[in-house]
Amino acid sequence: MTRDEIMDKLKEVLEDALGVDEDEITPDATLTGDLGAESIDFLDIAFKIEQTFGFKIPQGEMFPEEVIKDPQFVSNGKVTPEGIVELKTRLPHFNFDGFEQDPSLAKIGDVFTVNGLANYVERKLGETASA
Amino acid sequence: MWIDRVLELVPRERIVAVKNVSLAEEHLHDHFPGEGDAPPLPLMPGSLIIEGMAQTSGLLVGHASGFREKVVLAKISKAELDEDAPPGCTLIHRARIERMDTAGASTRGTVEVIQHTPNGPSPAREIGRIDLLFSHVDQNRSGLAFPEHNFVFGEAFKTLLTSSGIETPA
Repeated sequence: MTRDEIMDKLKEVLEDALGVDEDEITPDATLTGDLGAESIDFLDIAFKIEQTFGFKIPQGEMFPEEVIKDPQFVSNGKVTPEGIVELKTRLPHFNFDGFEQDPSLAKIGDVFTVNGLANYVERKLGETASA
Repeated sequence: MWIDRVLELVPRERIVAVKNVSLAEEHLHDHFPGEGDAPPLPLMPGSLIIEGMAQTSGLLVGHASGFREKVVLAKISKAELDEDAPPGCTLIHRARIERMDTAGASTRGTVEVIQHTPNGPSPAREIGRIDLLFSHVDQNRSGLAFPEHNFVFGEAFKTLLTSSGIETPA
């Protein structure tokens, strides 16, 4: 599946899950800030991606719920430097460079872009194909 | 409860429940009352048909974990109702688990209506589609803590299951 095909299917998933128009779903759009996703939508998006692309998403692999709930990686509402390393290791599909400057938990939604989701899907499809 | 009986439950797969719409239900007299020259128009509110589907689907999802998880309705992904449900009709809620994991489940459902006539009941006819998303609330992403006892599946659910001949957890 090409990157364009992945993006087209991803747009259908996000249109369906978030009730947004196709033209709002740009690669740089953030799920929470630009597309209005709430926490439960992340579960919906994960289910729909699994169905659409035919692979299973282990909890904590696509979104960082395991890391941001772990007191070892979060302190005073901010992700610690160790937490940033953990996020980058576990979720290489998202770009944490901007978040690193101000790692407030409240701003972590800015990291979850459409492009990041496409990166994840591309990697998973690659793993499935080579398995 | 907004369903009267569970007709079929295939664990972790599908469920069928029935709701008889009755003029004895008080809310029908307010939905909608007569006004001026307009006569009363009692109809089952669409929101309560959705709630009936949520109870039907929620039972299926809760049953899958032996009712250990607190299953809460988190999102109405789709709700389409093509026609009204007047008193005297029977609604059939059919739901199927689409996806389920530790965090929650998504379900797909249809609503059918049976109209009762002097010659007997009409065949069931689909009048709606309701897809829902449930969260296992103790597994929520924000890490919020909830009371230990299962406040979702209370006595009313147990009564429904027992009277439907479905085993309830101890």
